Amino acid sequence: MLRQFVNSMIGGFAVLALCVGLRAQTAPPQQPEAAKNRKAAPAPRRDLSGIWGPEDTMEGISPRGVKTHAPFTAFGENIANNVYKPGDGPRRVPIGLVNDPLDSCDPAGFPRDLLFELRPFQVVQTSSKLLMAYQYQQVWRVIWKDGRELPKDPDSRWYGYSVGKWADDYTFVVQTVGTDERTWLDNAGDPHSGDMRVEETYHRVDHDTVELTVKIDDPKIYTEPWLARDKMRLKLLPENTEIMEMICAPTEAEEYKKSLANPLSK
Amino acid sequence: MRNKVLGVFIAAACFLAIAVQLPAHHGAAGYDMEKQLVMKATVTDWLWANPHCFLRYDTTDDKGEIAHWTVEVSNPVDMTKRGWSKHSLNPGDQVTVTVRPARNGAPIGQLLKVVLPNGQTLMGWTTTVR
Repeated sequence: MLRQFVNSMIGGFAVLALCVGLRAQTAPPQQPEAAKNRKAAPAPRRDLSGIWGPEDTMEGISPRGVKTHAPFTAFGENIANNVYKPGDGPRRVPIGLVNDPLDSCDPAGFPRDLLFELRPFQVVQTSSKLLMAYQYQQVWRVIWKDGRELPKDPDSRWYGYSVGKWADDYTFVVQTVGTDERTWLDNAGDPHSGDMRVEETYHRVDHDTVELTVKIDDPKIYTEPWLARDKMRLKLLPENTEIMEMICAPTEAEEYKKSLANPLSK
Repeated sequence: MRNKVLGVFIAAACFLAIAVQLPAHHGAAGYDMEKQLVMKATVTDWLWANPHCFLRYDTTDDKGEIAHWTVEVSNPVDMTKRGWSKHSLNPGDQVTVTVRPARNGAPIGQLLKVVLPNGQTLMGWTTTVR
């Protein structure tokens, strides 16, 4: 009995050790020591131009949704538990029962494009706006920085209406309203209302690094404001990085449903 | 015998530990995470598409009857990073597939790896995309 127990413990530790080793093999390639220790160039002032990607790919993708969120209101809880049927996260359902609008190629919308499948995106900066072009679903959004105010009664848009300004030379803060309530907040089926206000903070730490923080303020759904991303690190990618095509085509989505999702749910 | 059992246990546990990191729009709830099937297969179709690429193939079961399977991997962007392309598989290719099957017994699964006619192995739904 004791020998069996000891063998089980040895086996358990072996599993841990081997798994750590295998995870290291699938981890991003480590920089050489000299490159790691080299100090990054200082950040340019008031400039987010370039192609950025999450330092941690899986964190950018976030298949299971946000790590934590503020408590739901009763209204929000009803939507989360009874209306939305997500394919992943704590309330996930079998694939055939998923009613995620992404399955039908609806736009991911904002801020889901920051909270799910955040892949490389390009920032182009002009005198009046920032243009952000995202790999996932190959969409772009405009962030006005010409001093205009947010609309008081915004139209509902898949990607909302955004204005931003520099809080200091290295921190750009964006406010967004007017998001379409049909979009989900993330891949776990966390909801949002059309009254949600989202604040993004892009803090350029150095030449190659931005920290992204996303704050959700939606009193209809959540009892208090909360951070959906908290200083998530984005790295500056080489200028010739290809932003690959990731488009949801309804015909392909339909084929997938017919061939896999529906038979899997029987 | 005991060493063999321990080895299988270690491999299965590690596979599960890594598998939970797979990027996907939906989870793997419909698939049997404890089971893997290895099949000799003839490719009938290879769809390079979003949200997931998928492979259709024919295989002969224990009774000698032909079964038609459909198995999925990730999207083209992720698969490109793993060395796949739209030309990786072609109708008529004789391959060996390792599949995580559906729980409900349908001929559907997640493609874990495929050995191509030239002997090359392509890994499917096993490792985290970086």
